[in-house]
Amino acid sequence: MTKAAALLLAGGLALSACASDEDGDNGSNAGGGSDGELKVGVAYDTGGRGDKSFNDSAIAGVEAAVDELGGEIEELSPNEDDSNREELLTQLADAGYNPVIAVGFAYGDIIADIAADYPETQFAIVDTSVEDLGVDNLTGLVFAEEQGSFLAGVAAASKSVTGHIGFVGGQQSPLIEKFEAGYVAGAQAVKPDVVVDTVYLSPAGDGSGFGDPEGGKVAAQGMYQAGADIVFHAAGGSGEGVFEAAVEAGQRAIGVDSDQYLSASPDQQAVIMTSMLKRVDLAVEDYLTSFADDSLESGTDIVNDLSTEGVGLSESGGYIEDIQDVIEDFRQQIIDGDVEVPTTP
Amino acid sequence: MTALRRTGSALLAPALAVVFAVVITALVILAIGENPSTALRVLFDFGDTPAQQTQAIVVVLNRAVPLFLAGLAVSVAFRMGLFNIGVEGQYRMATVLAAGAGAAVSLPAPLHVVFVIVVAMLVGAFWAGIVAVLKVTRGVSEVISSIMLNFIALGTASWLLTGPLRGSEEGAAIITTKDLPESGQFPGLNGLFDVIGLAQPRGELYGFLLVAVVAGIVIAVLLKRTRFGFDLRATGMSPSAATASGIDARRMVIKTMLISGAVAGLIGLPDLMGRTHHFGTEFTAGLGFLGIAVALLGRNSPLGIAFAALLFAFLDRAAVPLQFADIPASVVTIIQGTIVLAVVVANEIARQLTRRRAEGETGQAAPPAPESPPAGPAGTAGSRIDEHQGAGA
Repeated sequence: MTKAAALLLAGGLALSACASDEDGDNGSNAGGGSDGELKVGVAYDTGGRGDKSFNDSAIAGVEAAVDELGGEIEELSPNEDDSNREELLTQLADAGYNPVIAVGFAYGDIIADIAADYPETQFAIVDTSVEDLGVDNLTGLVFAEEQGSFLAGVAAASKSVTGHIGFVGGQQSPLIEKFEAGYVAGAQAVKPDVVVDTVYLSPAGDGSGFGDPEGGKVAAQGMYQAGADIVFHAAGGSGEGVFEAAVEAGQRAIGVDSDQYLSASPDQQAVIMTSMLKRVDLAVEDYLTSFADDSLESGTDIVNDLSTEGVGLSESGGYIEDIQDVIEDFRQQIIDGDVEVPTTP
Repeated sequence: MTALRRTGSALLAPALAVVFAVVITALVILAIGENPSTALRVLFDFGDTPAQQTQAIVVVLNRAVPLFLAGLAVSVAFRMGLFNIGVEGQYRMATVLAAGAGAAVSLPAPLHVVFVIVVAMLVGAFWAGIVAVLKVTRGVSEVISSIMLNFIALGTASWLLTGPLRGSEEGAAIITTKDLPESGQFPGLNGLFDVIGLAQPRGELYGFLLVAVVAGIVIAVLLKRTRFGFDLRATGMSPSAATASGIDARRMVIKTMLISGAVAGLIGLPDLMGRTHHFGTEFTAGLGFLGIAVALLGRNSPLGIAFAALLFAFLDRAAVPLQFADIPASVVTIIQGTIVLAVVVANEIARQLTRRRAEGETGQAAPPAPESPPAGPAGTAGSRIDEHQGAGA
């Protein structure tokens, strides 16, 4: 017993020693930009690490960069009601982490003020445009979700037998509406008379729609029963329910953000036709790489779209192999600017 | 002596609950292979520089203000045996409408602030009033109707925000109402730090703290020093006895819910008037539910709720530094949850002890100790009112 206590005490001392070590570093690191070793601070979106989606994708990018360049990572999650977001960013900056990456647009209304208060620290925010804010040490990592979703719509309409497809959105918000707008436009580009059912699982201001597999399942079931044969979800964790409904109905579904075929169970792999990729990991990794080699142009947005392969369609499972030429055709047209994809439904 | 003992037993339960929660949490931290003493150190380590330390104080106080108001709103209804779960919906409706109304008018500074506060209180009271009217006219349980109204409030607030009250530009990732003009914002209290010689923090201490203190005092006086408060507490302890002594239970239900809702309307205002200056999709949600826990911990007395809110806020502050020490922030939630659970159990034990003691002191035929507050608001007291009304109708 005393031994265990002694061990604990020693552990505690070691930990506090580490802590003071870090404090020692701060002074030297805070001033300079990058001297080879990265010291990356990550502030997660709601849900934190392990969401198999957005947050995990972001940290995968950070880890890839740190593996490559060396350095350390500090990850912080917001509390349950997200009321301490500001503290996450300021304490990371106070502790000398640079750059500090905010994952998710929810940081959008506070990050500009904080970046202005810490001019020596570089900040990045995923999913929010910062171009018009005029803050020099802030970079927006934004995605053309509508372009990738357009291709998902092309694939869905091309593959649909009934001419009836569906879309399940997590929360009714401008971000998710970009997915819907692109998806519908893509489907209509292939089949002008296609029927698209749209359901959002929670209204604006209520994030529960991203963590509601049961709701996702009910919504998708309704669509399949009404005659839809392919449903695209942009609903985070609720997508699991959409896949379940697809398995039960013997119909198809389209995943989002990462290649969801790879993390699905075998019976779900049979129904996940493709996934709309949003490469947050690549965007974050590129950002850190350019930070490390001092080529970062901050104060503006880094746009990840079809031309940079920041968004796209996955091909795992080979379900869309036969329509690759159609998809490639639209992809090229979007990149060339011949097809203009709407961002609002 | 009895007074001393009474206060002693009143404090004993929450104190035991906190100790119990700390022990449980220490075991949980041990189980995940981290060091509980590190966690304890982090809880009390407010930072290295004076500015960081005052900032930590600001964070705690700013968090405590809405928690206190939420606890206060819940407790007013609790005292009468009504379980107002609808605080969540009441404050969301109140905040979105107060934000919209406040941004739409232009008034001189003090009036504008008063206007926003009054709108919020009226909306909160109205939303709670629906629950009360349903209860006294149709006998609908306030638990059910207030939960249902939460969903309606969430949807309505969302519609108001994305529709008529939308102030953010099309396509912006976060949808918000228009900003309150300067005259409608509540000035902060950072001047205080200069007065008492502390460093200026990064953030601003909510001036709404003062409103919260006033609200607490008003409710305390109302409950303890007025006829209305006596009626309310009497109805909470024994609805049938209260009716027998001439208290109109229906009227009391309506009045109590209106007051509870009006206080609930204030919950969102510290953030709205002190920091964000608009309501939006990222506005802090869930405070109404936390208020239930805070009210339970504070044993429904305004002073107790103030302590409970400060304790919760103090624990919440550690959520960020704990993660720096590689201890999951969920530890905070575990402590809070265990405290509330333990306090409910401890309250019940303390109540039975007092009763047994009272019986022992005054002989066999003694009545149950009248001083003990209702143990569980959802439990006996609430259903007693329902029965009573069923019989009366």
